[in-house]
Amino acid sequence: MVYGTFTEVFFYLFVTLIAFGALVAVTSPILMKAVMGLAMAMFGVAGLYLYLNSPFLALMQILIYVGAVCIMIVFGIMVGYTPKQLAEYAIGPKNTVLAIVTSLLTVGVLAFALVKTQWVEVAGAGAGDYSLAHLGETLMTRYGLAFELISVVLMIAMVGAVAITWNGKRRGIK
Amino acid sequence: MISYTLHTYLLIAVFLLAAGLYGMMQHRSLIGMLISIELILNGAGLNFMAFNRFLAPDPTTGQIFTLFIMGLAAAEAAIAVSLIFAVYRKYKTSDPEQISDLRG
Repeated sequence: MVYGTFTEVFFYLFVTLIAFGALVAVTSPILMKAVMGLAMAMFGVAGLYLYLNSPFLALMQILIYVGAVCIMIVFGIMVGYTPKQLAEYAIGPKNTVLAIVTSLLTVGVLAFALVKTQWVEVAGAGAGDYSLAHLGETLMTRYGLAFELISVVLMIAMVGAVAITWNGKRRGIK
Repeated sequence: MISYTLHTYLLIAVFLLAAGLYGMMQHRSLIGMLISIELILNGAGLNFMAFNRFLAPDPTTGQIFTLFIMGLAAAEAAIAVSLIFAVYRKYKTSDPEQISDLRG
């Protein structure tokens, strides 16, 4: 029972991390703080993956999102000559009403739809083999196409990123 | 127990989507928009994991889909940052309001 209470408390902690981090990411006027908020929200999502029976994905979330994507965005801010008037006054005065209405409408419509829907629970859902060995085996056999596809996409993205940044430099585009 | 119901996770995913939409419209720089896109992608991944845990008989499907989304997000961030560099070199700004002319 004590264990159950602890897990509930930590669940609320992760949800708070997500809510606070996402709000910081979209409302902070300083771009660097927005990235920190993004990292915080991603940590929270990683915590929720633990509750969804997948510690491996929680670690991947921290490794890829917090460790790679956030660092890349930080480099983009620091190396990419973001001008001061954009980096420190990152939230625009325009579109505020439009943005609030759109996001509230999205929440309202989707929340209404998903509360109204009768989700059919499948027998045996969440009880299958969640082990890493099974995941890796499936990735090599049944989902081999997805594995190959993401490898190709990542390689093209890397080569493309290097090509885009190099070409502009060599041709001296002003 | 709130952590054992599907609705909780779906509502959190909806919140992430809405926060990302709000940030897309409010941020003034391209980097800020990239941050918002990452929030939306996170919400999508959480959605797949929730459906995987509660509604799918095969537990690997959602996990592989979420791994796929993570890979796409990493690739997309790399491309976006390099595009922002290229745009900056051409226009000397990363304010999307200023980047408004096309050239063939």
